[in-house]
Amino acid sequence: MTVDAVRVLAASGMLGGGFPAETIDRGLALGADVISVDGGSTDSGPHYLGSATAKTTRRAVARDLRLLLRGAAKGGIPLIIGSCGTSGTDAGVDWVAEIAAEVMTAEGLDLPVTRIYSEQDAGDLQTQLKAGRVHPLAPSGPLDAETLDSCTHIVGAMGHEPIVEALRGGAHVVLAGRATDTALAAAYPLMLGMPAGPTWHAAKIIECGGLCTTKPQAGGVLATIDADGFTLEPLSLEAACTPTIVAAHMLYETANPFEMREPGGTLDVRSATYVALDDRTVRVEGSQFHPAAQYTVKLEGARITGYETISFTAIRDPHILARIDGWAGFMHRMLTERIHDTLDLEPGQYDYDLRLYGHNAVLGTLEPDAGPPREVGVMLVVSAADQETATAIAKVANPLMLHLPTEDMNYLPSLAFPFSPAETERGPAYEFTLNHVVDTTPLALFRTETGVRP
Amino acid sequence: MTTLADLTTEVRSKNAGPFWLTLELFLRDEPAYQLAADPRLLNERTIAALYAVDETTVQLFRIPTLNVIKISFPRPRSQGSLHDRDMHSGQQHIPLAQLQVQQPPA
Repeated sequence: MTVDAVRVLAASGMLGGGFPAETIDRGLALGADVISVDGGSTDSGPHYLGSATAKTTRRAVARDLRLLLRGAAKGGIPLIIGSCGTSGTDAGVDWVAEIAAEVMTAEGLDLPVTRIYSEQDAGDLQTQLKAGRVHPLAPSGPLDAETLDSCTHIVGAMGHEPIVEALRGGAHVVLAGRATDTALAAAYPLMLGMPAGPTWHAAKIIECGGLCTTKPQAGGVLATIDADGFTLEPLSLEAACTPTIVAAHMLYETANPFEMREPGGTLDVRSATYVALDDRTVRVEGSQFHPAAQYTVKLEGARITGYETISFTAIRDPHILARIDGWAGFMHRMLTERIHDTLDLEPGQYDYDLRLYGHNAVLGTLEPDAGPPREVGVMLVVSAADQETATAIAKVANPLMLHLPTEDMNYLPSLAFPFSPAETERGPAYEFTLNHVVDTTPLALFRTETGVRP
Repeated sequence: MTTLADLTTEVRSKNAGPFWLTLELFLRDEPAYQLAADPRLLNERTIAALYAVDETTVQLFRIPTLNVIKISFPRPRSQGSLHDRDMHSGQQHIPLAQLQVQQPPA
């Protein structure tokens, strides 16, 4: 099949994030050839990968899937969803698949579904590591086997190839594990022979749906990719794409504004030109893609750093607020002493973060402004090897969080706890551990299964 | 006193993946861009001092076609770790935004 152009409908930046129903209708009316939606991101932190749970709520995913599946059925066009369940773990794919199955049953739809799994086995990766096929990305150092072992979940970010294989195999709906944000929108145009430069560039611009328009909340965007470039049009008639907004979106959440590495090569937008075709449509030409000598897949992993308990109190007394740094210093001394006396724990066996919201919690020592705040929220975040210890430390801190004066006060103030109990257990806390790529081939790390039910 | 924020339509910060932080200055016009793009004002060393990071890790991009200056460096604290207080790095632009700029005489 040869085509002159492929129209990609990007309904929203995140499955479950919501979008107007008209976005799909309008996209279909404009001749959309495929719908792609990103189901996740690392942006909301390591918890979702570490625990293999989703950031979005089930009903929100079901609501979006209903509109997307109806649209894909009505238009007879593929629907591609990637990074299912926020982090793209196997559980995330199964979760979205289960919701999709329920929606299709309720809607009387029976679209062929293919699931692609991207979770990685630490043992297999250790073999790759020993063979010298795992490399760090800046600013990380070389990987060691223990780090792989410590991860609760590891995923590899697939390129477009496993998705293309699924579509060639007859999938109408592709539910993929972790994929590069761009691979979802790039897969179908690349499969139909559109050039790599414009395809990857268009995919980057539309990965956040309507964020490349003047009214991101109004709906998604349609990218028409052809042999010479691509054209962007918002799906809401109230929104516009302008050359500046479209060009600036290449900056969004990327370290380098000119280049973006994909598994098979690098998108280079240095020579790209952005021209307004009318007051709401932009034409982009000149984007290039340089194939890499070695195909690589980026790994993401998360591990438990400890168990956390938080306590929160608030200060309004101007006497303390005028000496808030001194109060915090006094708190550190008293707290460390009491943890030692009561629990026989030394710093190093636990850790905590004392944050003065309203004073300098967000910027810390980088805070450029000075002067006493009107009120301060004091958040104590405790981390320990187990939940019981973390909560014990927070409870030892409780009388201080309630009554700690400044050192020059001759009475005990009572500070403003908002909750009883004052302590909230956060469970395991995670960190991202992997910032590495593995030398491989496009399909080797990913497993494909047909059918909506595992 | 003029700040960089006064010269812009937007100053923003964000994660660029879990391991990098990126800042963008959208200057309001070409003269404002020229002021901000002056390497005597903004360079790898001034950014390193402003954010307490290693100068050799700072990447600074001047993009005259967009009147944009973009700055990236490794995230000073691991995302979501105990001492990370800005999960999305969305409020880290303030030290840059409040940097003072010497306006040339009109």
